[in-house]
Amino acid sequence: MGAPDMDELSFTDSQLHFYVKDALKAAIQGDCDFYNQLVAVIHRKERLSAADVALLVTCLKAVTGAVSCIHISHHKSLLAAILRMSLWDYGTNVMDALLELLVALASSNGEHVNLCLEMLVSNFVPPSAYFEKHRGPSKKSEVLDRVHSTLIDIANLVPLSPLILEKIVRDKMPHVYVKEQPIVMYVENMLRLESGAMGELVGSMALIVLMDKLVELDVEIAWKDILEDDFQKDVFDFELEDLAEPADNFNQENKEFTREASMQRFCSGNHPEKLDSLMVLTFEHLKCCFETGRLVQVFEILLQSFRITVLTAYKSKFAQFVMFYACSLDPENCGKLFADALVDIFVNGVHPEWRMSAVAYLASYLARAKFLPVPLIAIMLERVVDWCSKYCKNWGSDINPKAQKVFYAGCQATMYVLCFRMKQMLAIPRLKSQLQLMQIDAILGHPLKPLQVCLPSIVDEFLRQAKENRVCFLPERLADQDFLESKHSTVFGGTEKLGMFFPFDPILLPNCDRYIRPNYVYWSMVRSSYDEEGTSDEDVADAYDCEDGMSIPDDRSGKGCDEEDCDADEFSPSFEKMSITPRDSSHRFGGRMPSRIRPSMSPESL
Amino acid sequence: MAGLEECEANLIVYLHPSKENCARDAILSELSTLLFTYNETVGGVVLAYDPSILSNLAKIVPGTFPCFGVQLKAKLLLFNPKPDMVLEGEVVKLTPNSIHAVVLGFSSAVIADDDIRDEFKYKIKGGEEVYVSRTHRKHKIKVGTIVRFSMKSFDEEILHISGSLLAPHIGGVRWLDKNLEEWSRADSTATKRNTGDRKLENYTLTTYETSVKSDEQIEKSKKKRRQHT
Repeated sequence: MGAPDMDELSFTDSQLHFYVKDALKAAIQGDCDFYNQLVAVIHRKERLSAADVALLVTCLKAVTGAVSCIHISHHKSLLAAILRMSLWDYGTNVMDALLELLVALASSNGEHVNLCLEMLVSNFVPPSAYFEKHRGPSKKSEVLDRVHSTLIDIANLVPLSPLILEKIVRDKMPHVYVKEQPIVMYVENMLRLESGAMGELVGSMALIVLMDKLVELDVEIAWKDILEDDFQKDVFDFELEDLAEPADNFNQENKEFTREASMQRFCSGNHPEKLDSLMVLTFEHLKCCFETGRLVQVFEILLQSFRITVLTAYKSKFAQFVMFYACSLDPENCGKLFADALVDIFVNGVHPEWRMSAVAYLASYLARAKFLPVPLIAIMLERVVDWCSKYCKNWGSDINPKAQKVFYAGCQATMYVLCFRMKQMLAIPRLKSQLQLMQIDAILGHPLKPLQVCLPSIVDEFLRQAKENRVCFLPERLADQDFLESKHSTVFGGTEKLGMFFPFDPILLPNCDRYIRPNYVYWSMVRSSYDEEGTSDEDVADAYDCEDGMSIPDDRSGKGCDEEDCDADEFSPSFEKMSITPRDSSHRFGGRMPSRIRPSMSPESL
Repeated sequence: MAGLEECEANLIVYLHPSKENCARDAILSELSTLLFTYNETVGGVVLAYDPSILSNLAKIVPGTFPCFGVQLKAKLLLFNPKPDMVLEGEVVKLTPNSIHAVVLGFSSAVIADDDIRDEFKYKIKGGEEVYVSRTHRKHKIKVGTIVRFSMKSFDEEILHISGSLLAPHIGGVRWLDKNLEEWSRADSTATKRNTGDRKLENYTLTTYETSVKSDEQIEKSKKKRRQHT
């Protein structure tokens, strides 16, 4: 029979697929007439009239009936035309016909499965023109709902397809340099897979790939963009600025440098914005997981990823807040799991840098997590102190920052946590005695001299609080050291400066901050609780409970500021260095800070 | 079901030194990478394994990093279907042009319309798709039922089976199992007439076979006697 003319098709749909089959078989023999016409119809994309659309739908349905005759090498142009189609370019009837064809293709022949899944995954993200035209959300849900249900249909017919899908989704993950919207959309789809029917099969891959991507973006953000320059006030001051009224001119000059302003400036760059959006997406997903009761399983995968990627990354800046947020949703399970894991790595781990990193995470976490019950903090602290205590019983020698760095990290962590939590712990009699039994003074007074090796700012603050609360009796630190780091603390931190790593310092990503803020302990809250004379237990509790640490009465701020201002010319005063990663005082800057925060695009700051 | 075999394999599993403490777990996870892939060495898709470690000593093998090789014997369950073998799978989708089934829960099987014998007709009954036999109205193939088919080809990479329902004694298992006796009896008299038909002899049917055959012989002999008398 001669090839029918496409424009004059008058037979029914069921008959049409016989013609298509014949055409496919004929094409293998060399007679490509009808076959080429078919390919031409499928290629049409621009300005389709209603008749064109109907023709396209009919052709797709006809090909669906003839999939058993499609051969991967003989019918390349047909397959290419089909797989080139983007669902975003068509209406719902074409979409439905196309997706049915894909399902039929995938289930008819093993060779097609890969191609069909790849095509579906590439439809996770629309073509770039879509973003420019600002089409509404209805298109997005039309396409993505269908894509995901098709993936499930294929998985029902080809049980091993999720294995292939896993690999494809992982490989097609956009690069960090891609624009924000496509990456965010792709991740949205990945998370949808995770919470969908195939979640058990591809979910853990999705979460691990996401964490890897967050760390990749994190690493792209340079530390020098974060560390404060020669402000007269330190980054930490911003916390107090939030609540204090600028009382004098000195303060007013620097008023603009509130934390919000610094966040805005910081986030003008590319990568911080992407990281911010992705983390918010992750937070929302975690919230959904919590509401459906799946958070613990998801958290276990995140924890695994944390151990492998985040913990070992060089001073991850913000990605770890994913763990913080997850813990805040479920303190009893996830919160405890996280703390346990970190203590375990510190006590039983093998690699010294990772142990130091783990205890830095632990210290920052225990200090900052508002949702953690104080008794739990005490238990974790006790485990760290126990380890330190056993360690120094075995080592009697003198100060040696390099060799004993894990021990010094443990001591510094203990002091750091107590700077934040001492008042709270002392308020509970049981914990007070537990604290006294820990015999921290024995460890800190040991010949290994941790007080001389750990960061002076932390040591000073700890000693001050310890003296004030009459917790333990320790000698004052030697007075000559006003600098940020003693010569010993630079050594113990090593080239990576792990001694100055406070991973859960206030987050500088504005959208994420909204999620973290209600669960976060700011230094100002701690400060306020011991600034008052004769602070009662209720006041301590109040200071911690208040939303942003802002309930401090006005007169406090003046006192606080005075202490700060006294050595503003030098590196910032001691208590400020407490909670925020201290300025990098390395010789690179010639002892002075660069003049301004600059986004990573303009390196001339150095 | 045809195509399943058990074999015993002597294997050496090479482990990274860091796995020294948890060697057994590491071995099991290495073996699990074999699952659901076609392995040419053992000649089939590995479905299950049962290792027994021969000794606690392992040989250290030098290389980029040294690893240690643990010798073990493992019983493996293999799936190695050959053409014309009769397989069974659960029907997951029916279309006018094809029947899709899943074999052993992991392998996707498709029977194209060219390979479905004319006896079966596609219908939609009460909103449900079904293939009904024209000769025996109760012989149906529906979604969720088991279909018995013969294998045409097996794609070793994606583990995809292409099947056929052309041969006579295959179709919906529920009906076949109930009516096998009757059918094979009817067929055996047919075989006598069509001596050239060798197809039946190649079928490996289920355990009904032996009991049916013995009954058959009795019936045949009775019939013969009746005919003669």
